[in-house]
Amino acid sequence: MGSYLSHTPAQEQEMLREAGYRDYDHLFEEVPEAVRLGRPLRIPAGGSELEVRRRVEAMAAKNRIFPHIFRGAGAYRHYIPAIVRQVTSKEEFVTAYTPYQAEISQGNLQAIFEYQTMICELTGMEAANASVYDGATAAAEAVFMCRDRKKTRVLVSAAVNPQTIETIRTYCHGRDAAVELVPAKDGATDPEALLGMLDGSVACLVAQQPNYWGIVEDAAALCQAVHGAGGKAVLSVNPISLGLLETPAEAGADIAVGEGQPLGMPLSFGGPYLGFMACTKEMMRKLPGRIVGQTVDAEGKRGFVLTLQAREQHIRREKAGSNICSNQALCALTASVYLSAMGPQGLRQAAELCCSKAHYLQKALAEAGLAPVYDREFFHEFATRCPVEPEKLLRRLEEAGYLGGLPLPDGSLLWCATEMNTKEEMDDLAGLVKEVLG
Amino acid sequence: MNIPANYKYTKSHEWVEFLEDGSARVGLSDYAQQELGDLVFVNLPQEGDPVTAGEALGDVESVKAVSDVYSPVTGTVAEVNEALMDSPESINGDPNGSWFVRVEGITGQSELMDAAAYEEYLKTIEE
Amino acid sequence: MKLIFEESVPGRRCSLLPPCDVPEVLPSRQRKAAPRLPEVSENDISRHYTRLAAATHGVNNGCYPLGSCTMKYNPKINEEMAALPGFAGVHPLQPEDTVQGCLELLHTAQKVFCEITGMDAMTFQPAAGAHGEFTGLLLIKAWHESRGDTARTKIIVPDSAHGTNPASATMAGFAVVNLPSTPDGFVDLQKLREAVGPDTAGLMLTNPNTVGLFDPNILEITQIVHDAGGLCYYDGANLNAVMGVARPGDMGFDVVHLNLHKTFSTPHGGGGPGSGPAGCKGFLAPFLPGETVEKTAEGFRWHRPEQSIGRVRSFHGNFLVVVKALTYALTLGPEGILAACRGAVLNANYLRVKLSGAYKMAFDRTCMHEFVMSLAPEKEDIHVTAMDIAKALLDYGIHPPTMYFPLIVHEALMVEPTETESKESLDQLIAAFLEIHEKAKADPDYIRACPHTTRVSRLDEVGAARNPVVHYQFPEEARG
Repeated sequence: MGSYLSHTPAQEQEMLREAGYRDYDHLFEEVPEAVRLGRPLRIPAGGSELEVRRRVEAMAAKNRIFPHIFRGAGAYRHYIPAIVRQVTSKEEFVTAYTPYQAEISQGNLQAIFEYQTMICELTGMEAANASVYDGATAAAEAVFMCRDRKKTRVLVSAAVNPQTIETIRTYCHGRDAAVELVPAKDGATDPEALLGMLDGSVACLVAQQPNYWGIVEDAAALCQAVHGAGGKAVLSVNPISLGLLETPAEAGADIAVGEGQPLGMPLSFGGPYLGFMACTKEMMRKLPGRIVGQTVDAEGKRGFVLTLQAREQHIRREKAGSNICSNQALCALTASVYLSAMGPQGLRQAAELCCSKAHYLQKALAEAGLAPVYDREFFHEFATRCPVEPEKLLRRLEEAGYLGGLPLPDGSLLWCATEMNTKEEMDDLAGLVKEVLG
Repeated sequence: MNIPANYKYTKSHEWVEFLEDGSARVGLSDYAQQELGDLVFVNLPQEGDPVTAGEALGDVESVKAVSDVYSPVTGTVAEVNEALMDSPESINGDPNGSWFVRVEGITGQSELMDAAAYEEYLKTIEE
Repeated sequence: MKLIFEESVPGRRCSLLPPCDVPEVLPSRQRKAAPRLPEVSENDISRHYTRLAAATHGVNNGCYPLGSCTMKYNPKINEEMAALPGFAGVHPLQPEDTVQGCLELLHTAQKVFCEITGMDAMTFQPAAGAHGEFTGLLLIKAWHESRGDTARTKIIVPDSAHGTNPASATMAGFAVVNLPSTPDGFVDLQKLREAVGPDTAGLMLTNPNTVGLFDPNILEITQIVHDAGGLCYYDGANLNAVMGVARPGDMGFDVVHLNLHKTFSTPHGGGGPGSGPAGCKGFLAPFLPGETVEKTAEGFRWHRPEQSIGRVRSFHGNFLVVVKALTYALTLGPEGILAACRGAVLNANYLRVKLSGAYKMAFDRTCMHEFVMSLAPEKEDIHVTAMDIAKALLDYGIHPPTMYFPLIVHEALMVEPTETESKESLDQLIAAFLEIHEKAKADPDYIRACPHTTRVSRLDEVGAARNPVVHYQFPEEARG
């Protein structure tokens, strides 16, 4: 068995004795006999570090790592600068808890404050929290910032990532709120259908930019429409796209949320990721979770503290707007280091590369026989039709090391390109597709 | 301790000032603000909201606590003192001038004390 | 310390990405101005964060006896295993047959953590403890709904509970019934009997409870709730105190959540990511969210429970955190887990006994992995509060215990040393506590002004909350 304990047997005995206990049975006397397990746990025997390493590495080796990835749908492979991993591996950051003791947590608090600033800059909003679990829960939490006694209806665009929609539904089921889907038309939220659904009881509309199929929505029009009925606009945005695209604030959103994974986090089979949330100043006090604020110490020196804590569960208990306690702080730090390394120019460059390459890929695939489903402006994802059984095409691509587009329920494929994909790679992919369709 | 004689008081330390038009203003007593310490935020109801005597109409936040503010009367919120949202510290500075809401259409009230009775009540708490 | 924005020099940048090798295509609807991200070199970034790290206190810096947070040592092998490209490079939407290693890991974790808790099924979707609570409560809600029992709208929560419990109950659509504790910190059986009824959906309980005591009536408690038709939820925050010794499933609990970032040694990362898997007895398994993993003759397969509550986040939870936690469990094995639990309880009691001469224990009896002291006498006699004692510890390089929790103890300090602190480290902690107590009596003003050696002194929290500044105020000239 492995162990991280440091007492020697002699010390153990000494400590038991000094604390007034004969042995461990005596120490655990308060646990009633009737609930004691009384047998060893039936789990694998413990092992040395080397044995465990072999065992876990063997599991990792059973996964297929694709050298060529053309799939996104909520998880994106981007370049991660070397500095990101170095900084986020610093033990002080890794092993600290939530900065409850501000005097010895200024580094951690300042890092979160810098993160909040960067999220505000990306989205154009005026306030951001210290993160939530992921993009889907960020959207669900945003919904509950908008609902009140009079405004109860929750509208979600059908062009939002289905995992996000399902998460919002689950959260809403908790509070017995219904979710109504605004239908999509030609690959984007149908503005006329939306208008027909709006009335004074609508709390909010959740839309995604670019949407699930990669299409750039007319976000400003959607925000304007929901505002016209007195509701709030929640936009779920891709942070890399914000190197180029109109910000949620410019579009008129009240709350901007999103999946922060593209900002320096590996694919990681889906997590840990990062839910970011930002909003207007008016809604700041409705933000869930931790928020760091700037203040001064007794000598007037600048410092940072967790602030507006009376919103949170540890104080407000059953009346809190959210139950969130632990968040994704280290992922927020990852995003900060990533954004610092990229800078405004680097982020713009990444966005330009994503957009340009996706357009090149769409053209190359179209020429190979995969026609685009929608003829609309898109960012770095797009859907194509698939004239053969998608499974057949994808299997062939996988054999050659390509993770192709995600098969969607309607038989189409959802493709993605990022700065990681080269022209050569895309040409080869198109060649393979042509061969299979041929 | 400043306890205006023209106000009535609840055991939960709200004051109520009945106005000539039949409506009433509600605030927190000097004792309450001292007990709560530096207030940093108030959550107020909206105009038109119904309030019920003995039930929370909003709350006040200090850095590490949140406390309900109970309505001394049953009625409808006619007016909300929005200025408190921007300067909650005025509740600490001038508790008797810092009204939270004005309630009209009053149909009921909690058990209320006059200033003298409230002063006596505070003495019993202090012991 | 400068903010990274204050280190920014226009035009400075890192060279990270190659030029575009395809024709450039840009979106039509572009942002009006670039985000004001810092313009810094890699060296600037490295030094900036080295400064911030030096101003951050982690478990690696020193003792961190933060009650209810289980700040044990975070083994490094866990980090290396989670960083393996074979895990970190996997897309969550890859076909099943290309992620057999991930599925095997999740399947193994399901089995291991179910055995430790006495549960039958588990989901790793929840990203943290509170998220696990929410998930578990939705399972309870779904079960009552599936039986057409719509009257069960109330969740009973003891007044000593973590704040997340009542907040989670609200999020799951329940009304909260607060249950007062007995003077010795346990569930009041009489009050519980009065509280339960046809509207009871369930009870949420932490055992050992938040004052570090194992409730001796646990079987009776869960029986009372079951007899009333409710289910029992186990908050696993304090599992470190009983793992290998007793299991929630054997205490009568139907649903649990674990905090892998507490009990199973994964680091807290300054507030996350954690992992809060929710486990349940077999009859609740059909309601689990997302997908669970099944082993078949053809390999591991995803299974979507038929009456699933849906999904509480995207994909499969904080997967890499599960990798770390399983690595830890595989390292310890059955004996190591029992040894860790014993060590946690031994360290807590050693500390408790050594401190009880100077400090008032809220409950003067054997504790489990943590105990609560009350500084009420000091506040009364010398006007020194729990906060003052906590701040004084900072000058010793020790992270203070949890302050002012649980709410049922006045001037509470909640101390959880964990099993990975050595005797020498505990003796240092004891010496610091005792010295502070002496100083407090001799010179209370000094203690009230603590800390004296940190980068900043006590900060103006009232000002921060009254006039919130939650992002950097760029100098006007830098705008645009």
